[in-house]
Amino acid sequence: MVTEAPGLARRYRDRTARKTLLVALVGAVLAASFIADIMTGPSNMPFWTVLATLIDPSSADAHTRLIVIDLRLPVALMALLVGAMLGVAGAEMQTILGNPLADPFTLGISSAASFGAALAITWQVALIPGVGPYLVPANAFALAFSTSLILYAFSRLRGVTSETMILVGIALLFSYNALLALMQYGATELELAQIVFWMMGSLARATWPKIAICAAVLVVVLPWFMMRAWALTALRMGDDKAASLGVNVKRLRIEILFGVSLLAAAAVSFVGTIAFIGLVGPHIARMLVGEDQRSFLPVSALASAIILSLASIASKTINPGVIFPIGMITSLIGIPFFISLILTIRRRNWQ
Amino acid sequence: MTLAIRDLSFAYPRKPVLHGVDAGPLPRGALTALIGPNAAGKSTLFRCIAGLLPRYTGSIALDGAPLEALAPRARVKRVTFMPQFFAANAALSVFDVVLLARKSLSGWAVNQADINAVASVLDAFGIGHLSEADIGALSGGQQQMVSVCQALVREPDVFLFDEPTSALDLKHQLEIMTAIARETRRRNAVTLVALHDLNLAARFADHAVLLRDGKVIADDAPGHVLADAALAETYGVAIDLITHEGTGLHVSASLR
Repeated sequence: MVTEAPGLARRYRDRTARKTLLVALVGAVLAASFIADIMTGPSNMPFWTVLATLIDPSSADAHTRLIVIDLRLPVALMALLVGAMLGVAGAEMQTILGNPLADPFTLGISSAASFGAALAITWQVALIPGVGPYLVPANAFALAFSTSLILYAFSRLRGVTSETMILVGIALLFSYNALLALMQYGATELELAQIVFWMMGSLARATWPKIAICAAVLVVVLPWFMMRAWALTALRMGDDKAASLGVNVKRLRIEILFGVSLLAAAAVSFVGTIAFIGLVGPHIARMLVGEDQRSFLPVSALASAIILSLASIASKTINPGVIFPIGMITSLIGIPFFISLILTIRRRNWQ
Repeated sequence: MTLAIRDLSFAYPRKPVLHGVDAGPLPRGALTALIGPNAAGKSTLFRCIAGLLPRYTGSIALDGAPLEALAPRARVKRVTFMPQFFAANAALSVFDVVLLARKSLSGWAVNQADINAVASVLDAFGIGHLSEADIGALSGGQQQMVSVCQALVREPDVFLFDEPTSALDLKHQLEIMTAIARETRRRNAVTLVALHDLNLAARFADHAVLLRDGKVIADDAPGHVLADAALAETYGVAIDLITHEGTGLHVSASLR
């Protein structure tokens, strides 16, 4: 009998090499989008000027430095970081809950953040004392994180399946939306405008400390998730199979939910509600590289970062001189794109 | 060099399943068929041995050393359990999932030995042509073969297969059982296979254990267990044993 084994091994190695190349390619697209984001704005910046200023800020004149480093770089970086955070959060929520609809938005975490922000805007209630100028994001974080903890507490109850968790998430989403509506009903016109504006999501709130916090969360959580790559991939074959492969399913789920909570809460508390990124980024990754977490996780992060970065460019170019709220853009432009993507590549996963 | 089960009892909340199961010592290098009607406790017994249901009473000893003394991870390394149901719709290739079964126990990075092991197991089972296919696109029988590959790509002392042939056609049933029996001997492993098909048990098993309502009714050579009046009683059918020159014992069952 002729053995096929060497051929199989070679095909696997080829496929792995293709995936690595794809990850690099997606990374390159992200870099291009990042530079383009900085180039775009009321006063256009040529590519080489942007690149030179980024590499050596002291080489540029004061005006260029102000625009590139102080005004546009924080926004472009924030788009990258928040996109990656939401993408990773969405990817792992979908993995641990075994549901393609799970993301920080559908599970009520974004609504909780909005409610927290509204509490700060209308009643000036500080849920975390001593946060000073960070009252709104701190409140948003406190509520988003405690909502994740509620989900987490539910997941520890006996006999709670991933379907139950999704239902609890949806129940939370509607509860917070109702509470939010209550706050809006009692708010003054100015407060109402502030709440609505916060909920639309904006990258213009980017500051260096916020960027540092987001980067720190990502730097801690992403490698931690990567270490669990095999166990997380195993989870996609069902709890029973994963357990028989030696995965401590319960502990893994709780651990990952905690990390996801941290990512999602930090992201939405700084930029407001940006729906859809945590849903689409992972779906694109799934279509590109499949669900082997060793490539699925990085591509989810990169693809989501690209979407938010492109949305940031679009928010500035649709009507020059006006920056549209980013959350609006991601939904308006992203959803038709997403639907066309689903219709072109109809893979039968998740059915 | 054996697996011995002594006075094993297990109950789900408000639902006792196993009542003082005694079986073995089951020898290494031999295939033991675990037979019994639906809901006799076969899967539960496997889960107890694999350590997935840790709250049982009694003891399970491998080569004289109690499995209970092992850490969960060490236990999973020595005992591989293949659950009955497997319905995955993940975007993972056959190669990926078999590799996964090997890598979920050891280091993160994939080395040459891992890739070769997966390639040779897929080749040995004649599903090399499916290696790049998505597992969601496979038929039930193909998924079951992948599942058996997942078990055999590992190197434990004890294999537990829960109904490995239930979705397979005749040829593949024989192929899978032949492969399991061959690997059991080659690796000198203790192998337990839960089977509904008594003819497969008669044909491939070196030893048979009959389970009914969470108790062991018979634990002997297949010829004896299958000839036992308790077997017909357990299944509620009339059983005739026929001996064929080439293929050995055959079971003919009819309603009483």
